[in-house]
Amino acid sequence: MKIETMQNECVRIDDSNIDRIRADFPILALQVSAKPLVYLDNAASSQMPQAVIDRIVDYQTQEHSNIHRAVHYLSELATKEFEAARVKIQKFIKAKESREIIFTRGTTESINLVMHGYGRAFIGEGDEIILSVLEHHANIVPWQMLAQEKGAVLRVIPMNDAGELLIDEFEALFNEKTKFLALSHVSNALGTINPVKQMTAFAHSHGVPVLLDGAQAAPHQALDMQDLDCDFYAFSGHKMCGPTGIGVLYGKAHLLEKMKPYQGGGDMILSVTFKKTVYNVIPAKFEAGTPPIMAAIALGAAIDYLSELGLSNIAAYEHELLEYATGKFSAMAGVRIIGTASNKVAVLSFEIEGVHPHDVGTILNGEGIAIRTGHHCAQPVMDRFNVPATARASFAFYNTKQEIDKLVDCIRRVQEMFS
Amino acid sequence: MTDMRQLYQEVILDHNRKPRNYGAIPDANRHADGHNPLCGDHIKMSMNVLDDKIADIAFEGHGCAICKASASMMTGAVKGKSVQDAETMVEEFRGMATGTLDPENADHHLGKLKIFAGVKDLPSRVKCAILPWHTLHAALNAEASISTEGEADPVSDHA
Repeated sequence: MKIETMQNECVRIDDSNIDRIRADFPILALQVSAKPLVYLDNAASSQMPQAVIDRIVDYQTQEHSNIHRAVHYLSELATKEFEAARVKIQKFIKAKESREIIFTRGTTESINLVMHGYGRAFIGEGDEIILSVLEHHANIVPWQMLAQEKGAVLRVIPMNDAGELLIDEFEALFNEKTKFLALSHVSNALGTINPVKQMTAFAHSHGVPVLLDGAQAAPHQALDMQDLDCDFYAFSGHKMCGPTGIGVLYGKAHLLEKMKPYQGGGDMILSVTFKKTVYNVIPAKFEAGTPPIMAAIALGAAIDYLSELGLSNIAAYEHELLEYATGKFSAMAGVRIIGTASNKVAVLSFEIEGVHPHDVGTILNGEGIAIRTGHHCAQPVMDRFNVPATARASFAFYNTKQEIDKLVDCIRRVQEMFS
Repeated sequence: MTDMRQLYQEVILDHNRKPRNYGAIPDANRHADGHNPLCGDHIKMSMNVLDDKIADIAFEGHGCAICKASASMMTGAVKGKSVQDAETMVEEFRGMATGTLDPENADHHLGKLKIFAGVKDLPSRVKCAILPWHTLHAALNAEASISTEGEADPVSDHA
């Protein structure tokens, strides 16, 4: 969309401009099951605007080569664009320096990098790692692997029936053995926004470093690493209008510097002999091999796009969608919302009495509606609510209230079918 | 909803609401557990095989309508059948659900079970329909538990 005027006026998203925003996303014009696509699986992966698609095409047709290698025109151009994307991300999350931005394949790899580079070096036998019951498997399994390897112990922050972490219990978990806190900023299964700034400050008061899994937060709210003060922050490109295969690990420079490399290879070295290798400085130390150059540049373009819309506009509009959908769902008999935290992103996990979520998903698909069904890679959350799976509608700034109406209408018809 | 009605026919919805042969046989001589990690479907099957015949069979557990209806109709279809005949039906059902057996144009013994032919167009749901049959096969072959994520699954994991 043309947003030169919008940018300056910081225009809110509403009925008057939502069609123009939707027109930026070619895939939203798709027909599925011969019906207009209603894409409500944004927490799994968001869609890509034309500006990002164009950036990919431009890069591949006019700029591509390997980076940090040769002296020729294309290599220098690709390197410049790749590093410019790093700076865009630095500014987007308000990191102090661009060398605190490590490109990874995604949130999962970012967390694994910290587990290997920090955890294996600084967490040992009997040490304790605190996680929350809300975590995605990507922020559980790496720490479990580390705990098994080192003889460390995982401690889990519980939650209440609304899906909010119990802060008193969280604080009570800390002791002299606590060495790390790994916490989701926003729950992918429930949408809960955790009070991560307060929790980070508490961990720091015990000298404990903090990693935040920001996969579900980065696309939906403005981020400020100086304000959050976390030590590590991980997120993925494909959940914020960028491509798959690219993610980010932010880390405070002094921690990244004392960490071991995650992978060995080209680009992460200063010199190599068979006797000794001298590692490169950060961020290169953590970026062995040829990175996903195109994807990094495209993520930069996605950040430009989101920034032009304005993260606060996005958050406000998505909150409106959430309130609207929550109101509609609450009014339906036989439908239970799972996750009713007072502070949420636009994620609605739900259960229809007597209907398995997978049947809901299949039948909605027949109406062109894409939702996620299953355990959302968060089995401990499912166990906590005593359900095998949920259906989840997750909204983005390009969704509309009309789409929510369609969802609600189809859920009513599913109920009739199964009654 | 018209297209989905092809699969979610009244017969399937009825078996989902009121599954037949539901429960556990206390003195069963064959058991197996079937698990579909994608959906969380979980089927426990128990049966008595006497003189090479399935004398009695029951299932319990939780799952989606496709899985439950498939289990319910399967138990009705194989009760009283020989082990060999039941195994033939396992193969035929698997073929139908994965699209290698066209129930309209090939010989088979599936009878009313051909109502499940539509799952072949829903790759993520094929495993739901097949799970009870895998579990039956496991019980007949004295395998205590199977998972549709295991090697025994002919269908891609990434559905």
